[in-house]
Formats: sequence, structure tokens, C-alpha cells
Amino acid sequence: MTTASRAFRRDYRGLVPPALLLLFWFVAGRLGWTNPTLIPPPEQVLAVAWQYLGSGELFRALAASLARDLGGFALGALAGIGLGVLLGVSRWAERLLGPTFHTLKQISLFAWIPLLSIWLGYNDVSRVVFIAVSAFYPVALATFEGVRGVTRAQFEVARVHGFTARQRLTRLILPAAAPQILTGLNLGLVYAWLATIGAEFLLPAYGDIGLGDSVIRGRAAFNVALVIFGMLAIGGVGVALNRVFRRLERHLLRWRGDHR
Amino acid sequence: MSAYSSVLTLDPVLPTQAATPTPRPRRRLWSALGRALLAWPFPLAVLLLWQLAATYEWVPSQILPSPATVAGTFADLWRSGELQDNTAISLWRVLWGFSAGATLGFVLGVAMGLSPLTKDYLYPTFKTFAQVPALGWLPLLMMLVGIDEALKIILIAKASLVPIALNTYKGLQNVPTTQIELARVYRFSRWQLLRHVVLPSAFPPIWNGVRYGLTHAWLALVGVELLASSEGLGFLIVYGRQLYQLDVVLAAVVVVGAIGWALDRVLAVIEKRLLRWRVEGF
Repeated sequence: MTTASRAFRRDYRGLVPPALLLLFWFVAGRLGWTNPTLIPPPEQVLAVAWQYLGSGELFRALAASLARDLGGFALGALAGIGLGVLLGVSRWAERLLGPTFHTLKQISLFAWIPLLSIWLGYNDVSRVVFIAVSAFYPVALATFEGVRGVTRAQFEVARVHGFTARQRLTRLILPAAAPQILTGLNLGLVYAWLATIGAEFLLPAYGDIGLGDSVIRGRAAFNVALVIFGMLAIGGVGVALNRVFRRLERHLLRWRGDHR
Repeated sequence: MSAYSSVLTLDPVLPTQAATPTPRPRRRLWSALGRALLAWPFPLAVLLLWQLAATYEWVPSQILPSPATVAGTFADLWRSGELQDNTAISLWRVLWGFSAGATLGFVLGVAMGLSPLTKDYLYPTFKTFAQVPALGWLPLLMMLVGIDEALKIILIAKASLVPIALNTYKGLQNVPTTQIELARVYRFSRWQLLRHVVLPSAFPPIWNGVRYGLTHAWLALVGVELLASSEGLGFLIVYGRQLYQLDVVLAAVVVVGAIGWALDRVLAVIEKRLLRWRVEGF
């Protein structure tokens, strides 16, 4: 209980290192220790941020990136839960498909990009597919482990109550595996965001918008302030997505009663 | 046991210890053999379908070269030494980046795990830093350090640092307080406490962090080589893509996958050896 009440009292000490860094950055810029084209002072980054916010460009880029991210995530997560349940429920499926799945997941995600670019072209379809692939693996793996964790006793109770196959899935397997599935979805969301940025870097399409596209364009124009601002925005979105998901997870698991 | 396992489940990235009863050796051998055989029909069927698709030209060979072509290209690349050279370069980069990242990550994790003061100051910053994907740093780093080796090493180090620091920290935090109290009762010295209580308890999650770190390092390597490199396996992929030689791309992808798999296997085997005492303990 003491830790909980401590968590509610905000701990400002965590802000010390970033504040020091910011101060150092500012002072270094003022005293001319750094080359301003290479490391622009913080106020310049702020100016770029202001300009992006004002023109609405940030929101357009953000919306485009988020649409790709969530679209790919939804596709990948659905497929992942499907395969995870199949592998978890059926021993035969696990024996036949499991080894292939575990081997394929070792292929570095980015290695898919050149293949996708040839098969689907440089467009949003290949980007979304890439995001889906990257969300697919963690979700499938976690779902598989969660479903495996359903105990025999629970299955027997379901049999005694004469559950149909469909009821077994929706009333027993999915709720029992929910904590692991949600953990997998959380990880999948993190990967999907990484993949969104990666896809926007590596599958550039002319005239497309997105946070990653903005950063890459900033790099091409050697606009360091824009790149720094873009990175902060990317990090901020990642943190925000995680927060929202944690909320949702707690809400979805409140029936368990034991969730912290 | 139940208290212990509830501590374990707090951390989603802990290794799952399968608690299967050990059947008699002969039966175990047969079932292992059966499992190994059952792994093959599916990939073989896919391979066959792929070969058929190529033979009957259901898809143009430019888009999907036949497995035989890919194998031939693989052999050619091997004979010319291109494959080995690029693989060696990639592995070398991972070795350097991973060593740097793992060392730093371990130090950071230990500092945060053992000293609450350090944790209070550094953890929020670390958490935020960890949230920005390694690739997000790439454009900025490209401008600050150029596109030389340093860029690759830094990025790989960052990718492996995060999971190792996080798991080391969590592993040290999750050492059961009952065990620490027991050690206090026996008046263990600080060193004894670390050596006999903290380290054995925190080792599995830390090692899991090392595995994740290496996987992430490999992932980051391929990513950075795709974007900015003139050698290495990632470059081989880009090169094949630019020449529209999908057989080169696929051959390189197979090598990337195989090495990723092998790296993880090696660590899993080491883990099993190092944790032999653990099985005997139960």
C-alpha cells in the first residue's frame, strides 16, 4: 500500500536528467560550443514545432501514420490470435505448424521489406502488410502460450456443462488466456509502431505523408531541428499508445478482480 | 511455490519453465523423433507449391524465382565468397554493438536495481528513451555521426541495451524479499548476499534480457544495413532488390533468418547448461 500511495505523489526527481540535458543543450547553443547547423539550439526546435503545429502539417502526418499503424496492427493481431488459438488448442496443428512458425519468426522483420516492395510495390498496401507482419508474431506467440495455460480442470468443467465448441472458445479459452493475449497485443502495438516508422523510412512513396516521411524529408534537407522534433513526436506517440493500451487492458481485465 | 510464481508472472518477459513430467526415456525418444518428423510436411508442401508455381509460371519468375534458382544463387554467392564476406561483416558489427550495449545495459540495470536512489532519478528518462524505437534515432544519428561503422555500432548497442537494462533491473527488483530476509538472518555479507541469493534469483530474467537483446541487435543490424550500408547481409538484400534479382534477395533473407535462429539457439543451449542446478533444486 505504501508503494501505491508513493506512486500517487508525483516524483519529480525523474525529471532531473532531462532537465539537465535541456539546460546543457541550451547553454551550449548560447555559448557557441556547438555548430548550430549540426546541433540547433532548443529554441529552433521549438520554432519548427510551432510552425508544424500551426500549419496543421503535424496533425495530417500524425493521422496518416496512426491510420497505417492501427490498420496494420488490427490485421496482424487478428491473424495472430487466430493462429495462436489454433496452435494452442490443437496438438496436431502445433506439431505441424509450430516449428515452421518458430523458425520464421527469427527472420529479421526488416528483411521482409525488399520482398514486399517487389511483390506489392512502394505504397500503403505494402506498408500496412509490413506493420501487420510485425504485430503478428508477438500476438500469436503470447496467445499460444496463454491458451496452453488453460488447465485441464477448466476444460473438464466446460465439458460437464456441455459447452459447444463455440462456447468453449468464447467463454473459456479466450477469457482464460486474456491476460497473456493482452500482453501480446501490447507488445504487438509497440512493434507495430516501430514498423510504421520503419516502413515510412524504408518504403518511401513520393508525396506520401506520415511522421516517418517528415523525418526522412527533414534529413534530406539537413533540417536537424525538424528531425529532432519528429523523433520527439514519434517517441511521444509511442508512449501515448502504450498508456492508452494499459488503461484499456486494466478496464478489460477488471472482471478478474486481482489486477493491480 | 505459489508465492514465487506470482512474483514471476509480474514480468511478462520471463522464461516459461515447462513443468512437464518426464516420461520414460524410450518413450521420450520416440515422441521427440515423431515431433521432429512432423515438423517437415508443412514447409515441404510450401516448397513444393512454390516450385510448382515457378515451373508452371503461375507467377512471373521475376517476382518469384523458383526454389531451385534461389538454391543455385546461394551456391554461386557462396563460391564467389560474397556471402561469407558480407555475413562476416554483419556478424562483426553485431558482436561489437551487442558487447557495448550489453555491458552498458547491464551496468545501468544493476545500478537501477540495487540503488533506489539511482532508480528514482534515472528510470523515467530510461523508460522514455526505451520507447523511441532504435530506428527512430537513425536519421538524427546519420546526421550527427555520418553513415560509417559508428552509426551501426551505436544503433545496435542501443537496440540491445534496452531489453538487457530493463530485465536486469526487473530481475533484481523481483528477488523475493523472503529470501533476502532469510539471508539477513544468517548474517550474509553483502558479497554473499549478491553471490548466493540475488544473482541466482535474478539470473533467469537477466539471461532472457540478453536473448532479447541479441534478437533486437540482429533486427537493428538488418534495418540499418538496409538503409545505410555498402557491405553486409542487409546490403546484399538491397543490392539484389535494386537489380531486381529476387533470388539474391531471398538467398540473403534465408541467411539472415538462419543466423537469427542460430544466435537464439546458442543462447538457449547456454541457458540450459547454466541453469542445470535449477532443475535439480526442485
